[in-house]
Amino acid sequence: MKKEWPIWEVFIRTKNGLEHRHVGSLHATDSKMAIENARDVYTRRQEGVSIWVVESKYISASNPDNGEELFDPAKDKAYRHPTFYKLPDEVKHM
Amino acid sequence: MQDLEKAFQARIDAGEVIEPRDWMPEKYRKTNIRQISQHAHSEVVGMLPEGNWITRAPSLRRKVALLAKIQDEAGHGLYLYSAAETLGISRDELYDQLHTGKAKYSSIFNYPSLTWADMGAIGWLVDGAAIVNQVMLTRTSFGPYARAMVRICKEESFHQRQGYEIMLTLCKGTEVQKQMAQDALNRWWWPSLMMFGPPDAESTHTEQSMKWRIKRKSNDELRQYFIDMTIPQAEVLGITVPDPDLKWNEERGHYDFGEIDWDEFWQVVKGHGPCNKQRLDARKNAWNEGEWVRDAAVAYAEKQANKQEQIAVAG
Repeated sequence: MKKEWPIWEVFIRTKNGLEHRHVGSLHATDSKMAIENARDVYTRRQEGVSIWVVESKYISASNPDNGEELFDPAKDKAYRHPTFYKLPDEVKHM
Repeated sequence: MQDLEKAFQARIDAGEVIEPRDWMPEKYRKTNIRQISQHAHSEVVGMLPEGNWITRAPSLRRKVALLAKIQDEAGHGLYLYSAAETLGISRDELYDQLHTGKAKYSSIFNYPSLTWADMGAIGWLVDGAAIVNQVMLTRTSFGPYARAMVRICKEESFHQRQGYEIMLTLCKGTEVQKQMAQDALNRWWWPSLMMFGPPDAESTHTEQSMKWRIKRKSNDELRQYFIDMTIPQAEVLGITVPDPDLKWNEERGHYDFGEIDWDEFWQVVKGHGPCNKQRLDARKNAWNEGEWVRDAAVAYAEKQANKQEQIAVAG
């Protein structure tokens, strides 16, 4: 039959209060197996309290070649940062 | 094309990390696939000499430690295969390259593990040498490879410590046990030094790999570092490395060491080591005999998915 198992991306929440973070990928036939394998591979030393898996083909990614047009426009917008606004030193709690 | 390559080199020189979807020279891609997959295969084949001793571990404590180490190695193989797959090669292709002999794995795993002391020597020396190499690779230029290395290094420090502890226990034991530890050191010392690969002058890939920051230190540099680190550890054990030419060189600030038998190295790389056939057969059998399981899992998943679909349509 010879059919390769699909790839899944694995996200782990290290403890409650933190977000899930991408840790790697693995092969599995369905989501249940993906979670079981993720548990065995990525949480052998109590690295997590929660696992998300998503089949890799469902992830859409931005193209690195479009990096400039996507991200450069934010470069010259210093007014989006608090330090852009000059206030006298005696003003507190701001 | 020329310009793209120049821009790529400039990114590398600036210390930038390359991610899978970034433009890269075809040779950079191929070199990474070759090196990462060779590394992955080594983790997987590396389970075999140790697997030999699970059922004969001398205590439950040693057994659970060895099992945990071997389980880690399976995981490390998986991290590395995943990193290689981001470069556009499939897992099946990678396995196929191993099984047909097109891809290599570390030649050290073609030596037999004859006594329990070998579990000590492997953890201490083989994992020790691997860690030296891997610490360097945590800063390699290809992101997924570097990230896999960070994870692996974190997990692997226990491997070396458990091996050294086995050696320490044997060396503090009876005369026969100490001899067993010495014998294991005698057999594993030279192959461990060979793990860093051929001398710089003969290493075909080193120069380009250094330029692309795939490697950050040369084979000879890493080998010297390993020797300098390991000799004092052998002294603590009270056993000696099998090298009459080994002595501290005050001027260099390093140990001088004897000639490595590179003929032996190339013989083993080319498939004529003591266990090459046995190791590869074990991998091929596991793959072939597992085929029906893989197929059944796919068939089951498809059946479940169809069922879900039918329910959805009916609903």
